[in-house]
Amino acid sequence: MWEFLIPLFAATVQSGTPVLYATLGEMMTEKGGVINLGVEGMMSIAALAAYWVSLTTGSPWLGFMAGGVAGMLFGALHAFVCVSCLGNQVVSGLALTIFGVGLTHFLGVPFVGLPAPGFNPFDFPLLSQIPVLGEIFFKHDMLVYVSFIIPILFWFFYKRTSLGTHMEATGEMPAAVAAAGLKPIRLRYLSVICGGFLIGLGGAYLSLAYTHLWTNGLSGGRGWIAVALVIFAFWRPGRAVVGAYLFGGVMAFQLRLQAVGTNLPSSLLLMLPYLLTILVLILSAWRGQRIDAPAALGTNIEPEG
Amino acid sequence: MLKIRKRNEPWKWGALVVFLGALLFSLLVSALLLEGQGKDALHGLMVLWDGSFGHLWALEGVLLKSIPLFLCSLGVAVAFRMQIWNIGAEGQFALGAIGATWMALSFPDLPGFILLPLMFIMAFVFGGLWALIPAFLKLKLRVNEIISTLMLNYIAILLIDYLVFGVWKDPSSFGFPMTPEFTAGAIVPSIGDSRVHWGLLFCAAVGIGLWAFMRFTRLGFELQASGEGARVAKYAKIRYGMLVMLVMSMSGGFAGWAGCVETSAVVNRLQPSLMVGYGYTAIVVAWLARLEPLNIAFASFLLAALRVGVENMQLELQIPAAFGVIMEGIILLTVLAGQFFLTYKLERKLKQD
Repeated sequence: MWEFLIPLFAATVQSGTPVLYATLGEMMTEKGGVINLGVEGMMSIAALAAYWVSLTTGSPWLGFMAGGVAGMLFGALHAFVCVSCLGNQVVSGLALTIFGVGLTHFLGVPFVGLPAPGFNPFDFPLLSQIPVLGEIFFKHDMLVYVSFIIPILFWFFYKRTSLGTHMEATGEMPAAVAAAGLKPIRLRYLSVICGGFLIGLGGAYLSLAYTHLWTNGLSGGRGWIAVALVIFAFWRPGRAVVGAYLFGGVMAFQLRLQAVGTNLPSSLLLMLPYLLTILVLILSAWRGQRIDAPAALGTNIEPEG
Repeated sequence: MLKIRKRNEPWKWGALVVFLGALLFSLLVSALLLEGQGKDALHGLMVLWDGSFGHLWALEGVLLKSIPLFLCSLGVAVAFRMQIWNIGAEGQFALGAIGATWMALSFPDLPGFILLPLMFIMAFVFGGLWALIPAFLKLKLRVNEIISTLMLNYIAILLIDYLVFGVWKDPSSFGFPMTPEFTAGAIVPSIGDSRVHWGLLFCAAVGIGLWAFMRFTRLGFELQASGEGARVAKYAKIRYGMLVMLVMSMSGGFAGWAGCVETSAVVNRLQPSLMVGYGYTAIVVAWLARLEPLNIAFASFLLAALRVGVENMQLELQIPAAFGVIMEGIILLTVLAGQFFLTYKLERKLKQD
């Protein structure tokens, strides 16, 4: 039993990691009052940017950052369309996904199948010695360990710093933020761009640590799952961790079941994460999702005059 | 310094100017992309134009691709009008194809005038029911329809995989995932000697039918009114829930018809390569057309032309098909950003202090 469960849980952590980065990124965007449905496109293009930089510079860390920067640029584009030009947030996000996925397929052609330097798992000193927990959490690559800290920083930022409070307030009552003499437009830009950075890191994880190879369609719907998880998480980082690992678990389980070779057709197994997303939305709706959503989510700030 | 001022009256030619501007901008960006790939941009755009409108066969190709785009966009637009975000046309298209294939494989010996209507009915039912799942989840459990329709897209595509790798697999296909080829009765015939099939006329009928429904029936009026939102609809004593179900089943049914037409008339069998993203392009079309049926016809034609032109570039210049998708994304983003100028204008602000 343990021989099956411990590797399964370890694989859960690994496949949950990109979703965790992206979920926190989308959460940050939404806390600023902006819905970003471009996550899928941003993760795709970030995965390619990260892979390309890692391949040409030989430095996976530069690649990781490049993924983040790609996410930021796309975030800036979304912010320009929705925050400055008052475009419809839902449609802009969809356009961003269409654009991002298209651009990835277009630019990625020469790279298919070339191995790039990425992040390899190693035993974290001391902590990996803990029985069971060490096996599950501390025999991964560096980016997984980074992802353990980010939810804590995220929580700290919004609960304990004034910038975090201001950014959250632009998602709740932008008019009040403006009345207090702050710049809600600027704060929204910041939320969308920094959120884009985290989403980009999630994409970078896919090409640098998850596969080490470039293939088209690497994201495979993880961006959409991240959007759903924000709702499931009630905009709280702690619950985002639970949600991301829940998905990681189903993905890992489904892969393992395929590897063992069951009678179930693989196409049915592949449906599991998407079915789970719907289930998770049903469960979160049950508890009244609207209560915790930022009050001004999805509405643009009208200019005066 | 520039200052933002609200326009006193709407900008009459604004929508057209923004649309043309977006088209021009997307051409500019694509020229840059071509240069970036080491191709001659001007020549590339000529190949694009030539592939879309240069020959009669190109024009036939454009009409062929407009058909599924038009049907999907019409469906998407009907839902968007009520502010229901149905992003699931892709999946509803797939279910329509499955429904049509089921009939085609079950009754291969029926003559076309019985089998084809059966296929279209089943495609509408399948696509419509698939769209009713998110409608039901939205109404009863307040599940966000954007995500649920999207997830159902992934599931629908995997469902096609499941069928063509399994129960419906053609035993003589040498392991390729596809159903047997349809019999003659299951194929929508072509118009005269052209490649264009009678689905074109079907589209026209559906478009006019929908327009008449919206214009002349009470239900159509209620549908328009509830586009203002659930609260307004409640004030007007409109059964919002029932309308959502109606709109979503229509929306899914239209996309299902698109799936039926493509399977029956173009591919002649069910196979995974049927799914080329018409459902997603439909969102671009619907939004460019500002959700108006007549504009939708025009915009489907235009984006179909883009797809066909890019296919020509693919052949002649080895440009990936994704080139067209990039342009779609840019056009949509630019139109969204440009719509700002329909309600606001920038004015030079004189320093007063």
